[in-house]
Amino acid sequence: MPLTLSIVTAERTVLERGDVQRLVVPTSEGQITILPKHAALMASLGIGEMIAHTPEGQQPIAIHGGFIQVVNDEVSVLADAAERAGEIDESRAEAARDRARGRIEGRIHIEEGALDLLRAQLALQRALIRLKVHRRRAGTGAPPVR
Amino acid sequence: MPGAGQVRAIRGRIRSVANTAKVTRAMELVAASKMRRAQDRALQARPYAERMRAVLGQLSGYTAGADPDSLHPLLEQRAVKHFALIHITADRGLAGGLNTNMNRAAASLALEHQPNVDRVSVLPVGRKGRDFFRRSGFPMLAEFTQLGDFPETRDVFPIARIVMQDYINGALDQVYVGYQRYVNPAVQRPTLRQLLPVRAPEGVEAQRVDFIFEPSPQSLLETLLPRYIEMQIYEAILEARASEQSARMVAMRQATDAANEMVSELTLTYNKARQELITSELLDIVGGKAALERGQA
Repeated sequence: MPLTLSIVTAERTVLERGDVQRLVVPTSEGQITILPKHAALMASLGIGEMIAHTPEGQQPIAIHGGFIQVVNDEVSVLADAAERAGEIDESRAEAARDRARGRIEGRIHIEEGALDLLRAQLALQRALIRLKVHRRRAGTGAPPVR
Repeated sequence: MPGAGQVRAIRGRIRSVANTAKVTRAMELVAASKMRRAQDRALQARPYAERMRAVLGQLSGYTAGADPDSLHPLLEQRAVKHFALIHITADRGLAGGLNTNMNRAAASLALEHQPNVDRVSVLPVGRKGRDFFRRSGFPMLAEFTQLGDFPETRDVFPIARIVMQDYINGALDQVYVGYQRYVNPAVQRPTLRQLLPVRAPEGVEAQRVDFIFEPSPQSLLETLLPRYIEMQIYEAILEARASEQSARMVAMRQATDAANEMVSELTLTYNKARQELITSELLDIVGGKAALERGQA
């Protein structure tokens, strides 16, 4: 019996499938893999790449925080934000990455800019994950994203 | 007998009512298109809210044995000294009885709690509710207006933060949220729901499941509960917006129909008056001619 997966955000349903054989999950504590008959689990998500293995192949999804609950092979992902690979606009993600890098370099020495720095670092992390997910789909595997 | 001036006055009135009908018709169309979008957004937010409730319900099965007060401060039940209501209304009127009904429901909730607690405060979201409560004299925690027709989740964060902080530091003991729930385009229902303290969602079967928690249950609740509160408020605002647009659409359609009916009634009066005027003018001419002919003879 495969896993039933549903990924939802506050704005919409991102993915709903009943034929997931294996799910790689970026939790806040590290990456885990969920197989059918997994024990009941409740975990918080980090920023990272989720990969759903289905009969058609891998479905990479960019995940930006949230929760996952697994009960009786039903996986509920409540993400703060999530995008399927096909939804990611590469040039926009690249622009966001460059902007975030610029902000980090510009502010790194300013003491009171700590919160802004944190924001910029998070923005950079999100942009890098989007690029990673996008490139995996593009068939180049997951190349090192710089 | 109608004079030329009266006929002209009726014509002016027809023109002005027809213009009103054009305006209300345009407003109806705008509301209809906004309603579709607002409705879509409300429907698309539901799966998340439902999953969230299901997840919390599952957890409540797990936490049933434990003392909820010790798990997280947002679960803590205490004697209510300070009651607050997040009151969601539209910024604009011309939506039939929508805002009035919501204000009435909120006022009766506030008055019902007033005798039992030290203090009842309101946190209005939307101009119509704010103006109403400003007149009523209930203290306000904060006010939020101009969130727009299609608010985002981030618009909700400050509202959630205020009530959660006040709840945790003991300034508030119970918080409700009131909004017009969208049933269908013709029906909106004023709904009042408890937000804090967080209670196990109704209708979810609490099973005893042994969960693995990553990280600890406390630290998961630490992020899950605030998200749950934000989501409840967000969902309420989206429902209220869908209700607003549909109520406005219906109200404007009725206004257009009424105006068109008035135009046809006025047109009838106008034609009658015009014909009477022509008849009387003809009579004048015929009478004058007859008198002339009599004079010549």
